Amino acid sequence: MTTKLFGEPVRRREDQRLITGKGRYLDDIGHTALAAAFVRSPHAHARITDIDVDEALDVEGLVAIYTYEDLTGPMAEPLPVLIPHPQLHAPRTGFPLANGEVNHVGEPVVMVVATDRYVAEDACDRIVVSYEELPVVVGVDAARAAEHAVHEEIPDNVAARHHQETGDVEPALAAAPRTLSFTQYIERSACMPMEGKGVHAKWDADDSSLRVYTSTQASTSVRAAIAAKLKLSLDKVEVIAPDVGGGFGVKIVHPWPEELLVPLAAINLGREVKWAEDRREHFIGSAHERQQRQEITVGYDDDGRITALDVHIWHDNGAYTPYGIIVPIVTATQLVGPYALPVYRVVVESVFTNTVIVTPYRGAGRPQGCYAMERTMDRIADDLGLDRAVVRERNLIQADQFPYDHRLTFQDGRPVIYDSGDYPGLLDKLRTLVGWSEAEHLRADAAERGKLLGVGMALYVEGTGPGPYEGGHVQVLGSGKVLVSTGLTSQGQGHETAFAQIVASELGVPIEDVEVTTGDTRRFGYAVGTFASRAAVMSGNAIALAARGVREKALRIAADVLEAAPEDLEIDAGLVQVKGVPGTSIPLRTVAVLSNPLRYAFDEAAKQATQFAKAGDDDKPPVAVGDAPGLEHRDYYSPIRSTFASGAHAAIVEIDPATWEIDVVKYAVVHDCGNVVNPMIVEGQVHGGVAQGVGGALYERMAYDADGQLQNASFMDFLMPYASEVPNIDIDHQQTPSPLNPLGIKGAGEAGVIPGTAAIASAIEDAVGRRIASMPISPTELYDLVRDPSSERTATAARREAGAMA
Amino acid sequence: MKPAPFRYADPRALDEALALLSEDGAKVLAGGQSLLPLLSMRLAAPAVLVDINRVPGLDAIEVDDTGVRVGALVRHSTLLADEGAARVQPLLARATANVAHPAIRNRGTTVGSIAHADPSGEMTSVLALTDGTVTVASAAGTEVLGWRDFFVGPLETSIPGGAVVTSAFFPALPQRSGTAFAEIARRKGDYAVCGAGVVVTLDGDRRVESARASYVSVGLTPEVHDLTDAVAGAPVEQADWAAAGELARTLVDPDTDIHASADYRRLLVGVLTERTLASAAAEAVAGATRE
Repeated sequence: MTTKLFGEPVRRREDQRLITGKGRYLDDIGHTALAAAFVRSPHAHARITDIDVDEALDVEGLVAIYTYEDLTGPMAEPLPVLIPHPQLHAPRTGFPLANGEVNHVGEPVVMVVATDRYVAEDACDRIVVSYEELPVVVGVDAARAAEHAVHEEIPDNVAARHHQETGDVEPALAAAPRTLSFTQYIERSACMPMEGKGVHAKWDADDSSLRVYTSTQASTSVRAAIAAKLKLSLDKVEVIAPDVGGGFGVKIVHPWPEELLVPLAAINLGREVKWAEDRREHFIGSAHERQQRQEITVGYDDDGRITALDVHIWHDNGAYTPYGIIVPIVTATQLVGPYALPVYRVVVESVFTNTVIVTPYRGAGRPQGCYAMERTMDRIADDLGLDRAVVRERNLIQADQFPYDHRLTFQDGRPVIYDSGDYPGLLDKLRTLVGWSEAEHLRADAAERGKLLGVGMALYVEGTGPGPYEGGHVQVLGSGKVLVSTGLTSQGQGHETAFAQIVASELGVPIEDVEVTTGDTRRFGYAVGTFASRAAVMSGNAIALAARGVREKALRIAADVLEAAPEDLEIDAGLVQVKGVPGTSIPLRTVAVLSNPLRYAFDEAAKQATQFAKAGDDDKPPVAVGDAPGLEHRDYYSPIRSTFASGAHAAIVEIDPATWEIDVVKYAVVHDCGNVVNPMIVEGQVHGGVAQGVGGALYERMAYDADGQLQNASFMDFLMPYASEVPNIDIDHQQTPSPLNPLGIKGAGEAGVIPGTAAIASAIEDAVGRRIASMPISPTELYDLVRDPSSERTATAARREAGAMA
Repeated sequence: MKPAPFRYADPRALDEALALLSEDGAKVLAGGQSLLPLLSMRLAAPAVLVDINRVPGLDAIEVDDTGVRVGALVRHSTLLADEGAARVQPLLARATANVAHPAIRNRGTTVGSIAHADPSGEMTSVLALTDGTVTVASAAGTEVLGWRDFFVGPLETSIPGGAVVTSAFFPALPQRSGTAFAEIARRKGDYAVCGAGVVVTLDGDRRVESARASYVSVGLTPEVHDLTDAVAGAPVEQADWAAAGELARTLVDPDTDIHASADYRRLLVGVLTERTLASAAAEAVAGATRE
């Protein structure tokens, strides 16, 4: 058995549990708990004039009703702005329960607690909330026009004006041989994890302690929030993320109102209380992302090299800004992608609308940035009559230019300095993988079958693994079990497997002996969370460092026993041995027993250890100064800055010119996330990301009407793609290790989703010869576009037509 | 998304079911594929749910030369797999194959889908196209209603609350005829953006005698459109199916919703009509050749 598992496609150990129904999700916990349900605003913007609960009081099984009036102290204050920023000049957050005004459909107004969820909803139905409706703002354009204000005291609806520039853009544009200006849009979608949010709270009155299970991406921070808002000592609150059925970003936001209100009720009532979000609640009561209006001006030379880029974005942040301006910053700084831009200016105006809040959804502003940059490349190529791949190639940062400083400031407040990469390599691999040079042949072939074929590509660079830190703890037990814990949480990524691989490799133990726990504040108190493609980079490295600490201690103890120098020892298959001297060994589990001078002989392991135990030195304490009992180590990894993964996608679409149905017939991905812990898990992440990318490009949107009512708040009408809509995906890998961390890895979680919209828009444009400036696009919209005499034809289409006539 | 309180009854005989259905606010539960989501979203709140799944005698498919009678408890998947039914009226299998996904077809009933009267349903359209009937039982007795008398509006039929549809009858496909059914949906198995079922009948000289179509997700209630004028008397090989498609576009009155504009639906009516008529005609020719 080899213990060198780093880089191997080890099967996911969590899958058997998760796919045979043995997962323990939030709603599997607390069958006897009271149930909470919420009365939510049916209006997008209104003043609450009265809340009448009388009719609900005789519902049998009702336990309690809470409104804003019942909240005191910190709970009566607005929810926190988690990530303040100097350019977020007008942050606004809601209250746990609405305080006199509602700003989007779905905002919680009343919490009902009852014997079960059915009864709780019966009571909700009988509560009459009276509203005075206010004018509604929906969409970036309405917010920008500011005929009405979402928040009365912010008449222009602008929450933040994020601005970065790397030079004097206006003279650079004026000096450019050519310029282009255009406006484009991208719509809202959402994370839509299969499991919604959920909270279970249990108060131990005798111990004055609270245990909370929540379907979160950040259990340590939820713990801190609950302690602060409910005025509890941190040591009396434990928060556990059980199996979480998907997150994709929405569960990094915290505290959600329900994460405070459910514990509040549990404490007040002295009973277990649970709330499991239903799908409609998730649509209207959690978070969305992606809507932007992008105004772009680019200057370039006759070869297609960009000389200056000026971007002005209006970003819809919804009703509140609890997560600050992370998404605008990410769009602003990741837009530049793999390209060397001599001068770049970006302004992102983050605007309020009377819709669900906008917080990171897998990609977190990058798909929009990629869409802006890559569609710019397509426009330049179209204008100059150049191959789109060639224009990209001419603008790429070269492999010898790393570290490459973009002179921008990233979401973590650190400079955007690309650590490593090979972008021309990515592009070459992509062209080969998708058969870029065959495009004209494929187009002719499809035309014979009566289909319009188009190809498109998009490249991206993704800052991953931002700090400030994650920690890892590794402990070897006398049984030989290796316990690993880290504070960040898992939502199905395969952390149990990947982290076990790292420890097995670092420590030299069989992977079967390694047990991994994540997201449990009882095991690890300090953590940041699982987001921004950071788990493998941050916790992976922290765990590797912790394992190295354990290894060092094990070798020290074993060296003493085996009378050898630590550097002459190795650990393999759980055995510490002298290199090259077979038979001179001690099991690691025995070393673990020896590491603790208190050895009651409870078990065989302790008895076996006695044969190795030397008599103690009477002049020294049993535990040396600076040492500690036990074979364990805790360590932290804190990077100086993010590491930058990269990739390139290409799509081939076929369009039926009779029905305008769009079929993605080929989808190619070249992916670079540095050293790979488990290529199978990375490919799975890419597959899932591409599925969401295709969803965002062709199917998903939040269909708000002018009154701020979400018209498609169900899985019947919100068109998340099924497996039948996701194309087969061809993947090729490239590995440029990160010099920034011990394992040389970069994040992989979000990559797959980033270029989907840009690549598919490009392919559709190529197929139909009309400018695609608004995504997603559906067959009915494509039909409108192609028959609209005012819609812009591409120069490429005109050239093709001229060529055909010549 | 939990239903409001309701009483539940699972009668063991039709009489008992009818007695329960005569109560105010009673609602029939068969496959539940439309009703249960409505209950969960509290868009429907019946006082009593009369589960007819244990009523004997409602689960048969009866096939003879005149047509196919489908009992109220026959699941879509059962009808889809019934070779006898498919032989006598091929539209049944062709349409049920388009009903959602296997899990839904395994529970959902064909008659329930018709009684739900959703203009996005495949089987409402097929009942119309085949000129079918439903048998309705109530405390007052049993009556047979033609589809035109049955469908009143979207999700609305002519039968009173106390009644239950016990079966639907789909007449056999006429001789020298062929059928086709096609849908365009945003995702595989979704409600169609537009669907079309057609029947083409030839005369003894293999000329087009009639061409009829019925659509899914077009209009408020199922309709049958006679497209014969566009292709009447033409030798089947020369029939201008595109002209029939053009004619169909002028006859329908689709709506706009978040998935498709009325114009786009009209476009699809034309395309699907042309495609399905050609396919149905080819089948009719093959059938005529065998005779």
